[in-house]
Parts: sequence; C-alpha cells; structure tokens
Amino acid sequence: MADERPLIDEELQPEPVIAPGYTFGTVTDQIASVVLTRRTPVFWMACFSAGFALLLLLLWSVALLFAKGVGIWGIKIPVGWGFAITNFVWWIGIGHAGTLISAILLLLNQQWRNSINRFAEAMTLFAVACAGMFPLLHMGRPWLFYWMFPYPNTMGVQPQFRSPLVWDVFAVSTYATVSFLFWFVGLMPDLATLRDRATNRWARGVYGMLAMGWRNSVRHWHHYETASLLLAGLATPLVLSVHTVVSFDFTIAIVPGWHSTFFPPYFVAGAIYSGFAMVLVLAIPLRAVYGLEGLITEKHLDNSAKVMLATGLIVGYSYMLETFTAWYSGNVYESAALWNRMTGPYAGAYWFLITCNVVAPQFLWFKRVRGKPILLFLASLVVLVGMWLERFVIIVTSLAQDYLPSSWRIFTPTRWDWATYLGTIGLFLFLFFLFIRLLPMISIFEVRTLLPQAKIEEEGQA
Amino acid sequence: MRVRSVRPPIYGVMAEFNNPTALVNAAREARARGYRRLDAYTPFPIEELAEVLHLPKSKLPLIVLIGGILGGLTGYLMQYYVTVIYFPINIGGRPLHSWPMYIVITFELTILFAAISAVLGLLGLCGLPMPYHPVFNVPRFARASRSRFFLCIQATDPLFDRKATEDFLESLEPREVAEVAH
Amino acid sequence: MSAPKKLDLPAVRALLEKAHGRDYWRSLEDLAETDAFQDLMHREFPRYASEWEDGEGRRNFIKLMGASLALAGLSACTRQPTEYINPYVRQPEELVPGRPLFFATAMPLGASSTGLLVESHEGRPTKIEGNPDHPSLGACDVYAQASVLGLYDPDRSQALAEEGEIRSWSAFLETIRQAVEAQKAKQGAGLRILTETVTSPTMADQIKGMLAAFPAARWHQWEPAMAHSAAAGARLALGQPVNTIYDLRGADVIVSLDADFLASGPGSLRYARQFASRRRVRDSQTGMNRLYVVEPMPTPTGTKADHRLPLRAADVEQFAWSLAAAVGADTGGRKGIPNAAFDKWIGAIARDLQRHRGASLVIAGEQQSPAVHALAHSMNALLGNVGKTVVYTESVEANPVDQVASIYDLVKDMDAGAVDLLLILGGNPVYDAPVELGFRDRLKKATLRVHLSLHEDETSELCHWHLPMTHYLETWSDCRAHDGTVTIMQPLIAPLYAGKSVHEVLTMLTEQPERPGYDIVKSYWSRQHTGADFEAWWRKVVHDGIMPDTALPAKTVALRQGWAASLPQPASRQGLEIIFRPDPAVFDGRFANNGWLQEFPRPITQITWDNAAFMSPATAHEKGVVTSDLVELEYRGYKMRAPVSIQPGHADGCVTVHLGYGRTRAGHVGTRIGFNAYGMRTSNALWQDFGLKATKVGSGYLLVSIQDYHALDTRRHIIEKAAIEEYRRNPNVIQESAEAPPRELTLYPGFPYDKYAWGMAIDLTACTGCGACVVACQAENNIAVVGKQEVHHGRHMHWLRVDSYYHGDIENPEIYNQPVPCMQCENAPCELVCPVQATNHSSEGLNDMIYNRCVGTRYCSNNCPYKVRRFNFFLYSDWNTPSLKLQRNPDVTVRSRGVMEKCTYCVQRINRAKIDAEKEDRKVRDGEIQTACQATCPAEAIIFGNINDPNSRVARMKAEKTNYGLLADLNTRPRTTYLAALRNPNPEIEA
Repeated sequence: MADERPLIDEELQPEPVIAPGYTFGTVTDQIASVVLTRRTPVFWMACFSAGFALLLLLLWSVALLFAKGVGIWGIKIPVGWGFAITNFVWWIGIGHAGTLISAILLLLNQQWRNSINRFAEAMTLFAVACAGMFPLLHMGRPWLFYWMFPYPNTMGVQPQFRSPLVWDVFAVSTYATVSFLFWFVGLMPDLATLRDRATNRWARGVYGMLAMGWRNSVRHWHHYETASLLLAGLATPLVLSVHTVVSFDFTIAIVPGWHSTFFPPYFVAGAIYSGFAMVLVLAIPLRAVYGLEGLITEKHLDNSAKVMLATGLIVGYSYMLETFTAWYSGNVYESAALWNRMTGPYAGAYWFLITCNVVAPQFLWFKRVRGKPILLFLASLVVLVGMWLERFVIIVTSLAQDYLPSSWRIFTPTRWDWATYLGTIGLFLFLFFLFIRLLPMISIFEVRTLLPQAKIEEEGQA
Repeated sequence: MRVRSVRPPIYGVMAEFNNPTALVNAAREARARGYRRLDAYTPFPIEELAEVLHLPKSKLPLIVLIGGILGGLTGYLMQYYVTVIYFPINIGGRPLHSWPMYIVITFELTILFAAISAVLGLLGLCGLPMPYHPVFNVPRFARASRSRFFLCIQATDPLFDRKATEDFLESLEPREVAEVAH
Repeated sequence: MSAPKKLDLPAVRALLEKAHGRDYWRSLEDLAETDAFQDLMHREFPRYASEWEDGEGRRNFIKLMGASLALAGLSACTRQPTEYINPYVRQPEELVPGRPLFFATAMPLGASSTGLLVESHEGRPTKIEGNPDHPSLGACDVYAQASVLGLYDPDRSQALAEEGEIRSWSAFLETIRQAVEAQKAKQGAGLRILTETVTSPTMADQIKGMLAAFPAARWHQWEPAMAHSAAAGARLALGQPVNTIYDLRGADVIVSLDADFLASGPGSLRYARQFASRRRVRDSQTGMNRLYVVEPMPTPTGTKADHRLPLRAADVEQFAWSLAAAVGADTGGRKGIPNAAFDKWIGAIARDLQRHRGASLVIAGEQQSPAVHALAHSMNALLGNVGKTVVYTESVEANPVDQVASIYDLVKDMDAGAVDLLLILGGNPVYDAPVELGFRDRLKKATLRVHLSLHEDETSELCHWHLPMTHYLETWSDCRAHDGTVTIMQPLIAPLYAGKSVHEVLTMLTEQPERPGYDIVKSYWSRQHTGADFEAWWRKVVHDGIMPDTALPAKTVALRQGWAASLPQPASRQGLEIIFRPDPAVFDGRFANNGWLQEFPRPITQITWDNAAFMSPATAHEKGVVTSDLVELEYRGYKMRAPVSIQPGHADGCVTVHLGYGRTRAGHVGTRIGFNAYGMRTSNALWQDFGLKATKVGSGYLLVSIQDYHALDTRRHIIEKAAIEEYRRNPNVIQESAEAPPRELTLYPGFPYDKYAWGMAIDLTACTGCGACVVACQAENNIAVVGKQEVHHGRHMHWLRVDSYYHGDIENPEIYNQPVPCMQCENAPCELVCPVQATNHSSEGLNDMIYNRCVGTRYCSNNCPYKVRRFNFFLYSDWNTPSLKLQRNPDVTVRSRGVMEKCTYCVQRINRAKIDAEKEDRKVRDGEIQTACQATCPAEAIIFGNINDPNSRVARMKAEKTNYGLLADLNTRPRTTYLAALRNPNPEIEA
C-alpha cells in the first residue's frame, strides 16, 4: 500500500477543500435538512424503489435456494465455487474504501476526507452486509452456518482453525463490527445535532436516544478525539488484513492459478480500487441531486480518481506479475492455468477484464477526464464491472481446468446465479438510500472544522 | 478540592459566544480568575480548549492496550486449546500445534477486543449514555450542536458566587449569559 | 451463429504438431475449434440457463426417485424363501443381525452365466460378488453388479394382466388349460413357444417333455445379441456347431479379429484374468504376452492391444483372409483384398504367430462373419493351438439352433394364422426381432398370446396375457457357464411381486400345473444324479454354486477340407458400413430401466444415458458433422435419427451404433431415450453391412459424457507408460519420469501409522477399463443416480471413475484406462481447508468423510487435485421408494442434500474385518479385506491392503519399480498408487 501514499500526500496543499462562503450554521442546515425535511426527492424515490424491487428478487431466489439446494446454481464438480464467492470477494472489496478513507486518511491527516467519509463508511457497512450473506448462502446446508463459530457443544467438535474459511469468518465479522463501531462513534455528535434541530418530537426522541446524551462538552471532545485516532489506528491494519485473509481462501489452496504468494497485496489494491470506484459512483449523483457540490467538490472527485489510478496501476502490475511467475516458474500446471485463462473457454472474460481494469483507468492520467464527473462516473462503473470479472476469472477458470484433464468442466451460470447477484445489489441500494434519508450523509461536525472560522486567531491571546 | 455538602440552588452559569476564539479567550480568563469547575461546549473539537482547561490526559489508550492484549491471548489460546488439548486430530498431516495458521485469528481478535474496549471506554469516560443533563435547560444551548460556543462555570466551584460569576462572564462580552437550572 | 466450422483434419494434425509437442491435445473439437465446441466453451454467460426446472433432466431425475406406491410397507418385513436354502458360509439359524450372509447362485446371460455370491442382509440381497469356485473365477461384470438394482426396480411388473386388466394366476391357469386342451386334439399343431437362448437343463427338459406330449408343437428361440454367426462359422469350418473355449494362460501371441474377449461375451471374465496373469510384470519377471487387435470401434480389449488397427468390420474379414494365407492356413488359395492399412502388418504378425506355434491364439469376434470364425478355426488348427489355447466342446445351449431361421419360421407360421397359442417366455421380440420380419404386426395374428417378462414391455403390450416373471434372485433354476459348468440358482428372497419363474409357467401346460419351481428343478436333478446320497449332494451343489464335473468335455474336431471354396466373394462395398453392437451398459436393451447402467459411463467413450452413431474423425469430417450433431442414417430404406459422437481410433468409412435404446415401454428410467437401432437391423445383416447413408439433419443434441477432455499431457504425471523393452533395459524408467518429493523434504514431523496403514495399488497394465468396479462401488456404497441433465451439469456421483486418455495420433491413438478412487492422501489438501473438521485423517491413514458434520462449502472438492469428491447439489438419494430402500447397504449412510461424499476404501468392510480380527485376537490377514472395486475386478488390477505389512500383496506391488503416485509431485503422499502401463509392441512393426 506504500505505493499510493505519496500520491495522497502531495494533496497536502493550502487550497481549501470546501467551497468558500459556508458558515457553521449553513453547513449544518444544508446537511441536516436532507434528513429533517418532509419532502423526499423523486431521485431518492426512484433509487429506493429500484433497490426494493431487487431486494424482493433476492428474497425469492434465496427462498428457492433454501428449498431446493445449491444445485439451482451453475456450480458443479470441479467448479465448486461460482458466482457466490465471486460476489463475496467483490462486495468485500468494495467495502474497503469506507474504512480506508475514514481511518487511513485520518491518520494521514487528509482533511478532504471529512466530507466523504460518512457515506463511504455507510457504504462499507452495507457492502460488507451483502458480502457476508454469500458464504452463508453458498453452503450446502446453510442452516448449520453456526458450526463455523467456536462454541461449547455436545458434539465436542470445533471449527478447523487451519481453514481459510474460518479465518474469513473471524476477519469479516471483526471488520463488520469495527466498521460499525467506527461509523457509529463518528455519528454521535451529528446525532446530537439532529436531536437539537429536529422539530418533530418523535424524531427528536429517536435521535436523542441514539445520541446517548452527547452534549459537545470539551471533555467529551477530549476523549472523543483520542478514541477516533485509536480506532483509526486499529482499523488501518484491519482493513489491510481483511482482503489479505480473503485472498488466503485462494492462496492456501493448491489449485493452479490460486496458489501464489503475491495475492494479498494484489487483492488489497484491487479492493481499494473497486472501493473508490463505488464511492465515486455514489458520490457523483448524490452531490448533483442534493446540491452538495460545495461540500463534495471537484477536489474530492479528483483525489478519489487519483487513488483509483494508483491502485489500478498496482492491479495491472499484479496481472503482469501473475503471468510472469506462471511462465518463469516453469510449473506446467501454473502455466497451463494461465494459458487456459488467456486462450481457453474464458478468454473473452479475461481480456474484457484486462480492458476494464488496466486500459480504462489510464484515462485518469488526464486532468480533463478527472474534471468531468460524468466521465469519472462511467470510468468507475467500468472498473466495478472489471473487478467483478477479475474475481470471476480467478475463481472459475482456475477450478474449471486444474490438474487432471479428465475432470475438466466448464461453468455456466444459471438465472438464479444472476438473480442472487442482482438481488444483493438491490439490498445494497435499499440500505444505502435508507441511510441517505435517515442519517446525515456527510459528517457535519468534521466539515465545520474545515471552515476558516474554525481557526483560533492568535491575536486573540493578549 | 472540597466538595460542597449542600446542593447549590442552580447548576451553574453559562455564557454563549459567537466564535471559537472568543470562547478560548474567555475560558483562559476564567482559569486565570481561578475558576476550576469549568466546562466548554463547542460544535466541533477545539484542541486549544483542552490545554486551556488543563484537562488530564485521556486514559483511553491504556484501556485499549489491555483490551488488545486480552483479545490476542484469547485468540491464540482458544486455537491452541482446541487443536492440541480439546480435540487433537490429524488434519492433512499437519502438526497439531500449527502456529503459523493461528496468526490470522489471533490478529483479528486482538483488533476486535481493542476496538470494542475503545468504544466502551469512550462511553465510560464521557459518562454516556446520560439521559438527563442540566445544561440542556438553557433554551439556546441547542445551538451548541450547530454554530455557537458555550462556557459554563458550575455552582460547585469554590469561587462560585451567583452574582459575581455572572458579572465576570458578562465582562467577557458574550452574546448572552444565562443561569443553568438543575 | 455461423455455420459450424468443419472438423478439418489437416488443420487438426497441424495443431497436433504445434500444441506442446504432439502429446498435448484435449479433445478433437477443441483442436478443430468447431463452433459446437466453442458453444460448449463460451458459456460463461448463460444462453439457456435454469437448472432447477430444466424439463427433461430434472424430470428424469424425479422419475428415478419416483414410482414407489405399490411397495409401501414392504421394506419392513424380511422375506426368506419358504424352502430351505443353503448359505454359503454359515447356516441361516446362525443369522446374526448386522452380519450379512452370502449365498451362491448365478446370473444367466445369453449362452453363459456368471457365478455369484450374493450378500444378504437379514434376507435382503444387497450386493453381488463373484463366486471364486465358478468358471468366472469370482469376478463380475457390470450387468451382474447392477442386477441387484434390477431386482428392486419399482417399475417391474407387479401383477398378471389380461388386456391390461389385473387377473389372478388361477384365472390365467383356467385360460391356459383350455387352450392346451384344445391343442391336444391337433397334437399341439397350433402351439408355439418362443424363448431366449436356453442353457438351463431343467427348462430344456420341461420343453422337450412338452414337445413329446405335443409332437406338432414348435419351440423357437430368439435372442438378438447372440453369437449367431459363430455357430455358422463352426458349421462351415468344422461341420458342426461347437462351443469354442480359450485358455489364455498358454498364449504368448494373441490376434483378436474384432473380438472384445476381455470385456464382453461368454467367458470374458475368465479370459480377462488369464490375460492379465500373462502381463503381470514384477521386477524379476518381465515376460509378457502380445496382443494384436483389429476392430472398427475401440473396445476395452482394443485398449490393451500392443498393436491396434482400426478396420471396418468387413475389412477385418479381409485381414483374416490375408493373415490366414500368410500363416499358411487352408484358405482355398484365397487372399484378402489388398489393403495398405494392414498389409504392412500381415507379415510381421504371421511370423510372430508362427514363432509361437501352440502358444498363440486367434480369436474371432462374436459379431464377425462366419468366414472370420472359420478362418480363426483353421489358423488355430494350423498353428497347433487346438487342445492347448483353444478347446472345442459341445454347445452350451440346450438346443443350438439357427435363431434367425427359428424366429423367421415363427413369423411365417403366425402370418399363416397357424399359431393358436403363443407362449413368449422372456425376451422382448416385438422390440428386438429383425425389423423386416414385421414381428409386431404378424404377432397380432396369433390367436392367444402370452408373455412372461420382468417388465410390462413392448411385447407385453401386444399380448393378451402378461405374466410377471421372477427375477433370477427370486428364482429356483439352473444354468450353465461358458464351459458348460452347471450352477443351481437359489433364490435370495421370495418373489417381491406375484411373479412366477419360467419353470412354474411351463409346468402349467402339464398335468401338474401347481408345482413350485424348487420341486421342478430338484426333481430334474434327482433324476440326473446317479449316486446315492442325493440330499447331501444337492446341499453341497447348491451351497458351492457349481455342480462338479459338469464342464463339457473337450471334443476333437477336424477342419473340413476345402471349406473355403463354398464361400461367395464379398458383396458390394458401396457407401458407409453400418455396424451394430450390443450396448456396453444396457446390452440388448433388457437393462434399459436400470439407473446404474444408464448412468454407467461407457468404457472409453464415457457417454451415459444415450447411444450414438460413432464414427472416426475422418468420416465425420467427410460428412461435415461434429459430436452432438444429429444425422439421419438411411439403410435399406430404413431411416433413423442419431446423435453423432466422434470417436478417435474408430475405423474410417463405417458407423457404429449400439442396440438397446429407443425403448418405448421400458419404465420410468429407460423409456424413450436414445434411438432404436433395431429399427434398421435385418436378419441377413445382424451385425454389419454396407449401404448406409448418413446426412446431417441437425445439431446441438445433448449427448452427455462424463469426461469432456481425453488429453494425455505427458508433462503432467498422470499416466506413466513404457514399452517392456525400455523397462527391461532400465527398470527405473518410470520412477525417473515421475517425480515424488522425498519424505525428509518437510518441516513437519508427520503422523505415525503404526498399526495398520491401508493402501491401494492399481495395475494400469492389467486394467481393461471394463468399468465393473464403478458399478460395484455404486452398489456397495449406496451411490445415488442423478439423471442425464445432472450428469450434463457435471454432478454425477460415482466415487470411482475410470478415466480414459488418448495418446498420439487421433486416427489411432493409444488408449489408456485409469481407475481413479480417492487417493487417501497422507497430506490431504481437502482436510486442510474444511472449516468444520468434516473431513480428517484416521489413525490408519484413511481420509474420512463425516457426512453429518459437513456443511457443504465444497472447498475440499476445489482443493482436491484428483477431483474425486462428489457433492449432493440436490437431494439425490431416493428416500421414499420402499423397494430401493431394500437394496441399500445398511453399513453405509444414505447421504442427504448438501453434503460432500467420497470413496472411503469401503471403510465398512475394513471395520467389519477389524472387529472379527479383534474378537479372534489377531491382526487382519492380508486379503481378508477386499474393497468392492477390488472384489469385482476381472483382471485383478486393484489390490488393497495394509502397507505396514511388507509381505502384503499391496506392499509388494508398491515396492515395484513401476509403482508411481498420481500427481505425486504435489507431495500429497497418495495412499493409492499405480503401476505403470506397460506394452509389449512387436519390434518388427514399431520399426
């Protein structure tokens, strides 16, 4: 990850990160009003109901899945993992941006993060929620998922701690918990704001309950600052570890195309890559619709784009390295696996993903492109598709053609593979727009600190 | 310091300022006057205030450290116990105590415990959740979470005198001074 | 999509040269990159997706599970036959719950039978084993292994029916008595009996008795897959129908003229073992016999050939002429039509034969023309093999007749309205009689038609009376082995339904219509048995499963001088040649409703649930078709649509079709799958003929095979092979090519296996790929049948599979068979990744699978380099059908949905043996435990045992220099290892 720090650091420049003319009051009002207003914009209605429709699709296909078994998917021997695990890795990856922005950028004192970290964290939570479903759904007997956790039981059997899947259970649940805590702690002062500004007594009651009596006392702030620094310090290694652990699912296995040592950094880079893509996909429409251009400025988009570019380059490098090692190792299985990837039944998917993940981001070198939100939006979509394909290709092509040609078989997704995948996108939209409507999507108090008025004039001292 | 046995008639006196600089100066003044039972309320964290009011260093880091160590031990010992003592079994010819494979879970639990203790510690140190607090009795105090800056001298302060303290605060050219009822 | 790119042979060859040296090619379509294949390949994104309701397959699958009603409650009771039957090892009064008993019997098929020991759990026959005392030497073929499922087939007919109305036996008795009375007057002139080939002395005696009572009655025989031309050939060359028996133990050089003697036909089980015994290379002993095979379609025998030449069936005859001439046998001066393909071989083979006078053998294929049989006889005679490697006896059949003529006469009589009462005892002539006889229509002209059969099939449909027949496991009867040895068949279970045996039906025509089969059989033999103590003798015979000294005596026959003169020159050779062969799984169609056999991957082709038109790459190229295209076969005006399957090693210019499919009334499993090749099969060309036209009429037929890629990439250590000469020169040749990392090369201490350490060794030189082990495993381990669609989705459940790999030239590749059970790796990759400890290692080195702990992440399967793990994607096991419950092995869990399963080395057998050993306070003896696959293997290619005991057979095999581990370079430390495939090519030809 060291590679992208300089890129971010060079952003330490005096130029203000939010537009001039804001006061503590106007900032507060503009962000809070999105939540406290009675009027709900059509845009929100549209996205929310789209999400809800897809969510119903998810419920339907999951019901069918539980009723009939994982056979409704296209998986088979030898391709035991198909869409489910692909989606799992994809969502987890997307879930990285939030914590990265709020934790690492906090430690690096990147102030521009303040106006995007809140919804990025929310995005993280919901992405992890979507991701978390898949390991459960893909089990042959999902009703026994709790056997994955260590607990005293009459069978006298415990999880098998050498299995990367158990590591996943711990890594993902830890990540989910910590992300939530971090997010909630970040919310407390803003909840207090909403409590104090809500006119509807129900709203006041609920927000008050959630704010837990926060009163902006200097003593609160004193511990609060320490706490967020500590949490950031904890979340930073965590966020880097999660996708490392996810990559272990593959590196620990001996399947050619999986079994390689550089997967961890490669996966983490990919995760941040897709994460920032998702941030942009969400931020660009939101700022337009809610007129937040002043708070989420071109600069934010520009920086996110640069992070994407950097991580995109790392990912591209990993592809090269993967190919090189396969050739250089002289291992017949490895080279055959890569060869099949590039020329075999899935060649189409492979080259398409290369186009999405390596070629497309090159346009981000140009400021003109980074300056055009619509272009950024499209680029981000392309990257999201590419990253999904990357996981698909890694998982499926490696399994479809491994050691014994006699067992090679091609994977074909069924309509239920797609339904489940789209369904989780629905779940994500559903939760995310619920959040937009009910909680401040930008961290109000942190934005206040960005205002020039927040500086303490020295001449004050006499 | 001595604690008043009798409960003072009010909680304290509170002054409202327009900007952080005024508040910081006011707080410095009050300290200079010898007031100790002070509290300031701001819509965003202001580091200077902590110095001005000489707040003690937060104990949070220590709590988190302990939490983390506890988590790490839990993680490793759990795995060791299960694989070596509780249910030793040959898995793929790997040794019972295959420590390299325990690292991940040990690490994750370290983080988990540390993070949880950080949050609980924060709430504990801030005395949250707190369903009721007198300062909210001041109607304008709601602005503390929006755009205004408040300084409150509590009645429990040894130097506190209802009249004198109010005058003192008035002398700091606040927007307004109000009494905080219990 | 554009028109399919044709399979361009030159291009293919070019690719072959390029692609990583000519070793590496995956499958023809892949090489040719036809659209059909790319279709298969480029389905990352769904074209037609849904699996859960895809009509055909799922419905089939449901069918397999369905059809249960009639048997409700039956599963509860134990149904011992009322008569006294003799357990093989213990007396029934010693029956201990949970301890199986074994009873000797035999399964008759055609003009032979397989001696069996049937495992019976509390009176339920559950598993077939071979009877070592029987001429079949204790081995079984797929038919015998699967027959136990046939017994419990829920689709078996369960009641008498008259015109579809359920009737009682007494009602039938009444009818038949009247009919018979009516015949008395006219000496039975209107009475006809149609049977399959009969070897049962008792049945023959009954029929003869009846013919005595009704002199004018006639007994006809028809069985579609008999060696009809062998008898003709014998008459031609020897002047009489004889039964030819081979003794391969003495044969150093064997020439097979389209004979699949290792895997099909009478005696094949015995021959396979004898053949393997002459190829068992152990370090000091490197002697090996040599096998030449000429055949149109690759067979298991073909895969064992040291030199295999694909020839059209008609060219096989020409080859035989030329060879006979070259050897110097009496051919009336006649030579085969010169043929570049084999002329260069003839000399070498002839010399090889002559070098081994008396120790050579020429075998003619059952389906080959009389001339080929005659030539084989004359060559064997000339080479002095008769009496050594070839023995002639009287025919095993009770009444060897020309069955074609026999059924022809019957049809003629029916047509003439001369048939008042027709008894069809077994068989299904409406389905399988020669097509031009129009049996279906002419049958209707018989006044009273009675059909006795296991299923209510195509023939029953057209008969007035359908009588349910007892399965052979429910029947008292007798039958002969290929050498004539008699076995008394004893029932393992009382008839499940209201069935009666052939004997019991025949006796209804006599004055004592109610005699039970037991009396009929026993009384017949009491008449035959000369000695006193009949009872004791009877008990012993029934107990042993063979009747001593009933093997037919050798008889001396002389070659007719100038026999060849009478033969006509070959007729026109225009067009493609069509070749009919019995299906390797459903045989002549009688096993069509057997799920195990339908799903049994055919040797080499690996196709399941279908028959196909097999043709060579060149022929396919010429016809512009690729695998899974539909062609219309036109032959003598008969038309038929069939899916194409391109078969490397198939002869050019001919098309092989398998009989036994296209059944219209087989049952839930077998009805309306495949195409019915009988629809083109005429009585004067039962096996092959020219004049076939094949035109493409469609594509995209779902032809399901279990193996899509047959590449042998020799850089992967999959099959190690060598010519025996190389091995003699350097015994380490195998171990030098296969690399297994040394044991010390690890940081881990590893686990000790001090008591037992189970292991398996599989001899690839011996394995013929017949697949009996696959079905045996299925029967032993309650493995579910999943149906065509699920197999298509790659979800077949076989714990043991026999991979087939092609090596070299696509017109005539070397073909290798490799049985792949679980390797029971000591460093099992699957165990490491299981999150719930559902699979872990036993103290004896077994890789155990705990079904009820498995949560079904499938990670273990992903991480298994051998892909031997199978997953229950749906609820595959039938939990409902009572009759199928009866079949299950009570020692093996029936798996439910969502769990992984795999080969366990038959751990239930291991544990039973260990318990016995502990009770007797001893160690398990070597050979005491036989895994199901090992027990049934005709070639003794699979050996299981304790590798801690250096003297055990398996330990000694693993000590061989030809021993290697599959993918051993992964350091998985497989407990299953292989002995390399060795061949013994003729240097003259190799050069």
